[in-house]
Amino acid sequence: MKSSRRKFLKLAAVSALGLGAGRIGFLGDAPAGAMDIPTAADYNAPREAKHWGMAIDTTRFNQELVDTCATACHTQHNVPTIPGKKGIKWFWGANFEESFPTEHGHNLPEDVEHRTYPLLCNQCEEPMCVRVCPTQATFKRADGIVMMDFHRCIGCRYCMAGCPFGARSFNFQDPRPFIKNFNPLFPTRTRGVVEKCNFCAELLALGKMPACVEASGGALIFGDLEDPESDIRKVLRERFALRRKPDAGTGPSVYYLM
Amino acid sequence: MIEKALRGSPRYWGLIIGLLCVIGLGAGFWMFQLTKGLVVTDLSRDVSWGFYIAQLTYFVGVAASAVMLVLPYYFHHFKAFSKMIILGEFLAISSVTMCMLFVVVDLGQPQRMLNIIFHPTPNSVLFWDMIVLNGYLFLNLIIGWTSLQAFRNNMTPPTWVKPLVYLSVIWAFSIHTVTAFLYAGLPGRHYWLTAIMAARFLASAFCSGPAILLLLTLLVKRLTSFDPGKKAIDTLATIITYAMCVNVFFFLLELFTAFYSNMPGHMAPIVYLFKGFDGDTTLVPFMWTAAVLAIISLAMLIPYKIRQQGPALVTALILLVIASWIDKGMGLIVAGFAPNPFEKVTAYLPTVPELVVSSMVFGIGALMLTVLWKVALSVRAEVEGGNISMVPPKPE
Repeated sequence: MKSSRRKFLKLAAVSALGLGAGRIGFLGDAPAGAMDIPTAADYNAPREAKHWGMAIDTTRFNQELVDTCATACHTQHNVPTIPGKKGIKWFWGANFEESFPTEHGHNLPEDVEHRTYPLLCNQCEEPMCVRVCPTQATFKRADGIVMMDFHRCIGCRYCMAGCPFGARSFNFQDPRPFIKNFNPLFPTRTRGVVEKCNFCAELLALGKMPACVEASGGALIFGDLEDPESDIRKVLRERFALRRKPDAGTGPSVYYLM
Repeated sequence: MIEKALRGSPRYWGLIIGLLCVIGLGAGFWMFQLTKGLVVTDLSRDVSWGFYIAQLTYFVGVAASAVMLVLPYYFHHFKAFSKMIILGEFLAISSVTMCMLFVVVDLGQPQRMLNIIFHPTPNSVLFWDMIVLNGYLFLNLIIGWTSLQAFRNNMTPPTWVKPLVYLSVIWAFSIHTVTAFLYAGLPGRHYWLTAIMAARFLASAFCSGPAILLLLTLLVKRLTSFDPGKKAIDTLATIITYAMCVNVFFFLLELFTAFYSNMPGHMAPIVYLFKGFDGDTTLVPFMWTAAVLAIISLAMLIPYKIRQQGPALVTALILLVIASWIDKGMGLIVAGFAPNPFEKVTAYLPTVPELVVSSMVFGIGALMLTVLWKVALSVRAEVEGGNISMVPPKPE
């Protein structure tokens, strides 16, 4: 009784403080870069594009940089750290063979073989996950971002069977106890729903860049694929790039600069 | 008529109570799964569907198999099936119910399952699967129950049943075709990405479904005075034999395409099933068992002299059911996910909670089947004095 009253008072105090909630200790350690709760004015200048895309400068990636980007992403989105085959991944790394299995690269240049390639949702032009979802819980926005509605998902996992990139994760259990750094500005999930990378749509709405792009120190180039003058189009004109599994016909919006 | 299910022998009640116990135990485990989440299964990021969805796949086949009686009976006026047809329809009802329950127990958020209806999504095959499964359930309920009632009252079934029967024949093909399309259209899953998938599904359904029906019928024949007639048994055994030959032939077609083309993506799942891949050999013993049993069952079914003998037929049918179940109820789904999108293999074998929850669904199916068959056979016993046909005599 006593403890529940104390809990209530604590919560009431937090509610009264409101803006400071992100930094209150018992909610977990807020990420270092946590910002204040945005107000309506912060949404006045969103980043917009006709078709968001990402180019990955693979020559600059090693396991360490992948980990840095993954931590930024997973902290921003409250992605739980669950070891083993039931884990949740939004951003992770793999070797060439796993990243491009249909290339069957043999006798590769040594540096190509030894890079760690960052993997994330490819935000496909023809997303199979959207086609198979029976409730429209996963859908594609006009700007090309494939989103998840965590509240509508029934957990049938058809999208996981449909995705040829293994980019989707399922909450086999309540993820909340496994969240290392809690970010109060992004929702946590319940058990029984699917989740994945969303190109930081919530940050783009605030006029910011995706968390991994910020953390990458320029190794990830993010921009509008429809705009010939954008940074991403410039770099794609100059460098040779691969997309993962083009034969799956999904048209990834993520390019790997080799 | 349902009151017929309320009066039975101690053996009948023993079966009912036994099934209720199984269902109760399974329901307890399902509650456990609902509170913990699907973490109690062996599913993973890589193998996102497993035993539950595999059972859906297998029992859609059993449900569709009723058409192997309905089609000859109504389209070709093959009267020998008259006594068995109602059993086939009632088996379809309980199988289709099991299929839908297997989807429910597989959902991460079952309390949201009506979202499929609230947000109808014609581009999702799962939406269509729901439509065809429900449709088939109601078609068989209406047709089966109305025909049985007419039979009991010594009347011809009402004329509006006929079009529904014809519809149900086409519908039976649709349920298994649509279920095959659940898998066949996915770009990243080579084992499923084959145009012959729906045809393979139907071939395996038309051997395994009637085999289960025939086994159950022979069991009932032993336990009660019901006799479907030798001609019906012989014909159904013939149908099963042909379907099994086609089933094996279709699988060989897959082997040719995969291995003559030498395309790694197409070979990998088959290599995984029969030899192991990336160090994982979980399914290898099962698949070879299935292959050997399939061949033995064919060797016993094809020669008419062996097939027509009771014990040999029963043995062959049991082997056939086991072989087709391993192929479809275990291998097919897992091999779709192995190797995974990174050309690695994540092992999967159902856990105890998965098996017990599944036994709840099997129990519900068996309970429905017991009650429905009890009603059908009691009505027959009540009406019949020497009239062996399920079709009522034409009024003078």
